[in-house]
Order: sequence, then structure tokens, then C-alpha cells
Amino acid sequence: MPWNREQMAARAADELQDGTYVNLGIGIPTLVANYTGDKDITLQSENGMLGMGPFPFEGEEDPDLINAGKQTITEVDRTSYFDSATSFGMIRGGKIAAAVLGAMEVAENGDLANWMIPGKLVKGMGGAMDLVAGVGRVIVVMDHQNKKGESKLLKSCTLPLTGKGVVDRIITNLGVLDVVAGGLAIVELAEGVTEQELRDATEAAIV
Amino acid sequence: MNKIHATATEALDGLLFDGMQIAAGGFGLCGIPELLIDALVESGVKDLSIASNNAGVDGFGLGKLLETRQVKKMLSSYVGENAEFMRQYLAGELELEFNPQGTLAERMRSGGCGIPGFYTKTGVGTVIAEGKEEKEFDGQTYILERGIVADLAIVKAWKADDTGNAVFRKTARNFNPVAAMCGKVCVMEVEEIVPSGSLDPDSIHLPGIYVHRLIQGTHEKRIEQRTTRKQEEA
Repeated sequence: MPWNREQMAARAADELQDGTYVNLGIGIPTLVANYTGDKDITLQSENGMLGMGPFPFEGEEDPDLINAGKQTITEVDRTSYFDSATSFGMIRGGKIAAAVLGAMEVAENGDLANWMIPGKLVKGMGGAMDLVAGVGRVIVVMDHQNKKGESKLLKSCTLPLTGKGVVDRIITNLGVLDVVAGGLAIVELAEGVTEQELRDATEAAIV
Repeated sequence: MNKIHATATEALDGLLFDGMQIAAGGFGLCGIPELLIDALVESGVKDLSIASNNAGVDGFGLGKLLETRQVKKMLSSYVGENAEFMRQYLAGELELEFNPQGTLAERMRSGGCGIPGFYTKTGVGTVIAEGKEEKEFDGQTYILERGIVADLAIVKAWKADDTGNAVFRKTARNFNPVAAMCGKVCVMEVEEIVPSGSLDPDSIHLPGIYVHRLIQGTHEKRIEQRTTRKQEEA
């Protein structure tokens, strides 16, 4: 059985190092916060906050306190707030240890596309380009294939790039892969998934 | 030094002209200058070029200025919440310059600091780098981005004293300080104007030198994504 969303999030949480500052993207990456266990992880929200807490209790929402997905959230004891230039200063400056992001496509050389489908989806890159250019480690969490059953791990991206050669590790429903010289290396298979199944579902070169 | 004005319309008097560039604070609908946006709608000023991380939503925030066709161009990082924006953009009626969020923030900050350009790794190898100067530093490629100096900045803070020393609240700070810094003139709206001397000088987020005109008013503060958890999850 391939991993489900929760299992992918839990696997991504294993990647996070104790005592680090981390940025989680929207979607499955947001779920990663539920699986950090005993590790001391401080979450950054790029709209200007370090130390992000869970969603507020009903009736306690504060319109002045949102995350980068514009969702109402809460603060924790260690929370600090700052302006957007300071926020991206710490991102671009390499102070954030890791970012966990979703993706539309990843290429075997680590290119990432997750912000635009020409003619269709014109929402914008938000902070994604800054994050992938600046943070210590870029971990992508996504389904291995799109809804048509086509590989999202490609020889080269077909969509406009978010960053060139920026992805370090990819966690999909089928397993874990690293971007290495010459292509992708299998690190781990989801329980019950065979290496052949993963290879068959992957367009990118597996080395 | 009297910076306090009675209304948003009065505070914008003499500052507006067609085709001007405006930098606006806010992230999503959080910390946006609601009252000044309403006054811009009322003024009828047009062909605006607006640097703002987002473009509001339909019927609120900068979305109001889109509906009245007063905006010619947006410089933004994310505009996904606004159907009218999409419609005008796909119809070729609205120009859009995507800026990575951190690049947009730094363009405002540096513009306000007298720095006309800076090099960044963000966007190297993407469409963002097209037409921009590239330079290598220590074996890595960077692109040149320009500072923004806007004709007018419109921002929102929580409290300010009568000299414009301002304090923001939680994540409503976001782009407001840097937008304020990059304006040739900055008009700020706050929830409360307090007498000078009543704010702790060590806790001022934005010094009053960046704020030229000030108004106090009531804010709707609309929530874009209301997410909550149940009490038993505590």
C-alpha cells in the first residue's frame, strides 16, 4: 500500500532536526507539524512570525494573527513577530534549516516547478522562490503521479520553474528519493511498494 | 508638526495623480490600509501602479480598486484569491509583474533606504531572471533587482503617537514597515492615536520619520481563512 497523506507528512517530519527553525508550505506540508513528536522545532511563517502555534479555538480567532496560507493561527511562548523584509532576510540568509513544500513537478537535476501553469493557473509564487533559494534543505512532499497517472518526477520540468537545482529530497506516496549526481536515488520504499513499482511510476532517471 | 488628519480623504488631499505608483502594506487581508483604499476608490484617481504582496479579494481591500478599474498594473507575489483580478488579467486589461515575496519586500526596504538595487539568489534560472543582470559572487549566481521608491505609501498600524511613531500588532506588521519606508510620502491609518510619550521608545516598530500623515479609524479586519480547532483537542 502506498503512503496516504498523513503517512507522507509523518515521514517528512522524520527529516526535521531537533532544535531547528523550519518553514512548512501549504497542503500536506502543513500536516507535518502534527508529527514532530518530542523534537523541539520552531515553525516560521513567512508573513512575519517565528513560533507558530495550532489553529485557535472557535471564537478565539484573531484577524491580526494568520499564517502564510492566510489561515487563523495562534502564538506560542517563544513567538516573535517581524516585518516581511526581516522574514525573508532570515530565509534568504540561510537561517531556516529546512522547507517542506508541495510540488507540481520535480526534475532529476533538482529543478522544482510549483507555482504556475501557463494559461491556466496564474496565482503567483508567493514566497516559494525565496524559500527554495535560501533555506538549508528543500524537502518536497507530493504524490508520485498526477491525476492522469503521469510521473511528477521528470527528466526535465515542463512548467515554469520555481528554482533551479534546489530540491534535496522528495517524499511521495511511493517512497523517498534523493537528488544526486546523474538522477534520483531511492532512499526508502513505502511499505508494500516494490522497487519495480516505483521505477515504473517514475520518468526521471533513477541511479 | 501636525500629522493628524480627520479623515482618509483629507489625509490624501493633494497627493494623488493619475498614473502614480503606490506601495501598500498588508498580507492577504491582514493589516491592509482599509480606510485609505476606500478613500482612493472615492477619489477616482486612475491608472494606478500598485506594489502590494496581494490584490485583496473580490469586494474588499485592493479588490475594490480593481472593480472600479482604477488599477493599471500590480506588482505582487500572489494574486490567487481574486476572481476579478484573474478576469482582467486574462483579458489583457491589467498588467501584472510577479515579484517573489522576499524580493518585493526587499525592493521596498532598499528603495526606502536609498539603495537603488541589490543582488539576490531568488529567481535565478526562472522567468523572474529574464532580462535582469546576472553576477557571480563566490561561485554563486545572483540577479540584480531594483529598489522601489513609490509616489505614495499607504499603510496600517495598530497604534501610533501623534508624531507617527508606530507599533504593529502580531502578523499585521508584514509589509507595512517596508511599504512605509519606500514612499516619498507615507499616509498611515491606525486603530488608535496616542499622545507622544505614551509608547515605550524601545518598542517602536517604525519611527515617525517615515510617516507624514496619520488618521485614526475603525477597521473591519476581515478574516480570509477562518480555521479553528475543537476544545477537546487541547
